[in-house]
Amino acid sequence: MPTAPLSLPTEFADLDPFANWALPSERERYAKRLASTMDELQSFYDAAFPRLEAAMTYLEQFSMDALPDDAKHLLWLYCALVTVSFPVEVWRQPRVPDSGASTFDAILEPAI
Amino acid sequence: MPHFPKPAEGSWTEHYPELGTSPVSYDDSISPEFYELEREAIFARTWLNVGRMEQLPKVGSFFTKEIDSARTSIVVVRASDDEVRAFHNICRHRGNKLVWQDYPGEETSGTCRQFTCKYHAWRYSLNGDLTFVQQESEFFDLDKADYPLASVQVEVWEGFIFVNLDPSNTTPLREYLGELGKGIAGYPFHELTQVHKYRAEVGSNWKLFIDAFAEFYHAPVLHAKQAVAEESRKLVGRGYEALAYEIDGPHGMVSSWGGMAPPKDPSMVKPIEQKLRSGLFGPWDAPDIGLDELPPGLNPAQHKAWGLDSYVFFPNFMLLIWKPNWVLTYHYWPTSYNTHIFEGTCYFAPPKNARERLAQELAVVTFKEYALQDGNTLEATQTMLESSTPVKTFPLGDQEVLLRHLHHTARRYVSEYQQQQQPAKTPVRA
Repeated sequence: MPTAPLSLPTEFADLDPFANWALPSERERYAKRLASTMDELQSFYDAAFPRLEAAMTYLEQFSMDALPDDAKHLLWLYCALVTVSFPVEVWRQPRVPDSGASTFDAILEPAI
Repeated sequence: MPHFPKPAEGSWTEHYPELGTSPVSYDDSISPEFYELEREAIFARTWLNVGRMEQLPKVGSFFTKEIDSARTSIVVVRASDDEVRAFHNICRHRGNKLVWQDYPGEETSGTCRQFTCKYHAWRYSLNGDLTFVQQESEFFDLDKADYPLASVQVEVWEGFIFVNLDPSNTTPLREYLGELGKGIAGYPFHELTQVHKYRAEVGSNWKLFIDAFAEFYHAPVLHAKQAVAEESRKLVGRGYEALAYEIDGPHGMVSSWGGMAPPKDPSMVKPIEQKLRSGLFGPWDAPDIGLDELPPGLNPAQHKAWGLDSYVFFPNFMLLIWKPNWVLTYHYWPTSYNTHIFEGTCYFAPPKNARERLAQELAVVTFKEYALQDGNTLEATQTMLESSTPVKTFPLGDQEVLLRHLHHTARRYVSEYQQQQQPAKTPVRA
């Protein structure tokens, strides 16, 4: 886990307060979701969701194997938006309802 | 009133009369004794999918697979002649596990020029020949040619690597996969190299999780909260009907509609899905994977609303081919009569840009959210099936024909095995 928030492209400086969501793996993003309150998830979602289209347009100028570091961090952050969209848009709680003690862990995912 | 036509017999189930229509006993899922028989009759004797060719990109690439249900661990390797080979993962010297890292029970993968045992440094070529014995002169009349690694039958179908642990097996893989396998040959699986893989330890018999994924009857109910409210009510009201079912030998498939990729009306789906143009059925904008025409086995009903075909290749391999050009596989690896390891793997075309990458991320994460709900339900089912409740048989509907077929097939394999082994004794009922 990074100790200091990662840098984002200057065009997305408004998302700096949420840069600690820029986590490289789904496992870490999901763990952070479970460790957050609904208020925290909601405020990240409210800040990031309206900027989603702008972020994708920005990121599309790079090919996937030539993403500069700050763009990579922005993409990680938007992968985290995907992770938190479930509690915010449907569950109203960080955990998947009716999932009890079950776990489902990523053991292989393509690096960004 | 069915929305989609059924066979002339009136139902999918009656189209396969050997299945019957009476309530089904789940004794085959709660009995340690029956599981021990399944290990011998099924897992030690049928073709098992253990991986994909992309996991062995070059000579010397290898991976190990723990197959507890067949009481072994195997190592699969691309050998010097570029052919795939598989061996029992055991050193011929004194039985140490040959290939492992740190924890003997954990699977591993990598690339090597030869296999060297950690214990006494006996070495084997990628072809399995014993090539070096530490202090060879200390041994008695040891001819290295007599001690190759114990090989396992291995065959590749459409890039999927299968092993068969029965040395006396004479059924080639293609013959075993039958008409259902033949019908999807030629699908460009090799183009789908962007892989996300998940693993779960599940507290249920392996067949119960296949049951959960071999019917979509549960989807509008168990996963109701995953859709927006109005859409969810509509789905529950309508229920679920498949476009078609097919059964061939031990294998089966269900062909389903898939109206959500893209949805008719964007307001039917969640905001994130509208923005990313993706969801449970995959990214809505299908990548070009060179698929001019579907292989003849896909979309057997030739229905324009077709969304996916889901195959159950007996015993433990499911393959889902989705209309927007991606694939999902499920594997169920039993570890006891009431536990198993589940693996779910998503295969996409490599994303060309971040937009496509995010669309894939949403499809993968959606799959995970659903699977967490499915997995939890299984433990609830297993504990009640094992309880002392007097409820012993269960009615299965026509949309559950593949479940009826799976349990029927498992019982048939066990009973045929028992007859071969002990022709004089009466088979154990399950």
